[in-house]
Amino acid sequence: MTAEAATDSFSIGREIALARRRRKLVFLRRLFLHPSFLAGFIILTIFSLTALMADVIAPYEPTNLNYRSILAPPSAEFWFGTDAFGRDVLSRVIYGTRVSLRIGIAVVVLTGILGTLLGTLASYVKWLDGLIMRSLDGLMAFPGVLLAIALAAALGPSETNAIIALTVTFTPRTARIVRASVIVVQGMQFIEAAHAVGAGHARIIFKYILANSLSPLIVQLTFVFAVSIVAEAVLSFLGVGPPPPAPSLGNIIADGRSNIQEAWWIAVFPGLIIAVVVLGLNLMGDGLRDILDPRHSASRETR
Amino acid sequence: MIRFLIYRLLSAIPVLFVVSLVTFLIMWLVPGDITAEIGGIDASAADLQAIRERLGLDRPLWERAINWYGDLLQGDLGYSYLLNRSVTDAVLERLPVTLSLAGISLLLATVIGMLLGILASVRHNTWLDQSAMITALVGLSIPDFWFGIVMIIFFGVWLGWLPTGGFVPLSEDPVGWARSMVLPAFTLAITQMGVIARMTRSSMLDVLSQDYIRTARAKGMPARTVIFRHGLRNAMIPIVTVVGVISGVLLSGAVVIETVFSLPGVGRLIIGAIQRRDFPIIQGGLLITACVFVFVNILVDLAYAWFDPRGRDDG
Repeated sequence: MTAEAATDSFSIGREIALARRRRKLVFLRRLFLHPSFLAGFIILTIFSLTALMADVIAPYEPTNLNYRSILAPPSAEFWFGTDAFGRDVLSRVIYGTRVSLRIGIAVVVLTGILGTLLGTLASYVKWLDGLIMRSLDGLMAFPGVLLAIALAAALGPSETNAIIALTVTFTPRTARIVRASVIVVQGMQFIEAAHAVGAGHARIIFKYILANSLSPLIVQLTFVFAVSIVAEAVLSFLGVGPPPPAPSLGNIIADGRSNIQEAWWIAVFPGLIIAVVVLGLNLMGDGLRDILDPRHSASRETR
Repeated sequence: MIRFLIYRLLSAIPVLFVVSLVTFLIMWLVPGDITAEIGGIDASAADLQAIRERLGLDRPLWERAINWYGDLLQGDLGYSYLLNRSVTDAVLERLPVTLSLAGISLLLATVIGMLLGILASVRHNTWLDQSAMITALVGLSIPDFWFGIVMIIFFGVWLGWLPTGGFVPLSEDPVGWARSMVLPAFTLAITQMGVIARMTRSSMLDVLSQDYIRTARAKGMPARTVIFRHGLRNAMIPIVTVVGVISGVLLSGAVVIETVFSLPGVGRLIIGAIQRRDFPIIQGGLLITACVFVFVNILVDLAYAWFDPRGRDDG
């Protein structure tokens, strides 16, 4: 009898696992057949690979001074021209993309963790809700990236401090989104059922509530990635990001601003790269939202 | 409506409390001895002690916090030793430039963005719709401060039509003022109109598929009345939400754009203060800008109540 029951539950478990895998495959297929997600994914892959292999791809050292070719316009030798110290702009942009993506990923991970933590706490622990939400409202009352600028200025210019400043700025909205979707899931019947069969709080939170409120978080984090790349560029452009000799995209644009009369190429190329990467992320976010969250999709009418 | 307004004003108090607390704590985050930065390299130990006492830095944190709130309630945001004047005066003097820049670009972004969105929704699924939406998506992916630099290179350096930076007060020379504002305002507007266009389009498409629109069309109502009176009016609430969000983005965008175009607003004051490590000015600029944004948000909520009478009694 026991052997029979064991094979039975084993085969049921296998059935469920197979169904799950099939659903995952269907989801991935839909995702990668979505034109904007696919376009964004290709853009992001190209730039990530370039950034990862910067040491191999970049034709020169990003901080190499070359006084024989100062402010040289784009040519076969220097595709994006050179800056006021004779540094190759293309190489600096490639390394700068690496810095931008690294900061963006760090901000996304930290914002995701903190936002989930605060959002879940606020919706799960009743007496903390008011305190957490009012504090987040206060943080969101600072317009745009102004709080990040002030925080980075106070902490001092460095990559780590830029990451801290951006995380503090983008966590409130993320936490709000997590809280909203957790509250919806919390009210559903299967959560009540889980409580009834005696599932613990940890199991209910991680296995049932968070697993079912991931979609809006994933969409939000894609946009946080995009916004934090632009915001990092703003910080280093204003001189409160990673300090100057480092090839951050904002630093290169700042160099271009000081040579605006004689060398357009220094400012133009790094900004173009930011625009394309951010466009890629926005496209991915639109695609993800279309598929994960059909209620809020921009193109739902064209279905 | 009055009750709603009072409720909304009262609910701004906890927000302002957190805002001022965060602004106060930012100073405390600064690593190292802040007095050495304020006093400069050749300040003697006695000078530093004097600065420390005048700023109250020798007191415990809670006492400084009480002083900060006491001064704040009297409109006193501290004193800038580097500018040798009160922070409140310095920031308020610069505020009009920032507000007019953000205001003009908000107006431009809203008008152009809504027109694009309405056009796209009325000509749904045509090349016009698609190109409007591609323009909108590209626009919102462009970093505004960089776009400002490109505009300067194109219109200022290459064509020489407009100044590459600098500011002329409106009272001195209106034409010069307009010439100094047109590039920064358009720069900010172009990057944000995409957001409004996308929201207008999707909100309009929602409304235009409703039964009452079909009824209005069926009874022979002119297309313009259907679109504007019945369509747009009911599609306004999501649009107002985005306009509220964007006003914050534009306010902080104005702060950055001022640096690009050398406009004498709060932004350049703050950025200059960051370079000089003039922390009272950074705090004051941050706090006053946040207060402006809180006030704008109250206006946005009032606009909701105007467009959606259902929300009015909930307060």
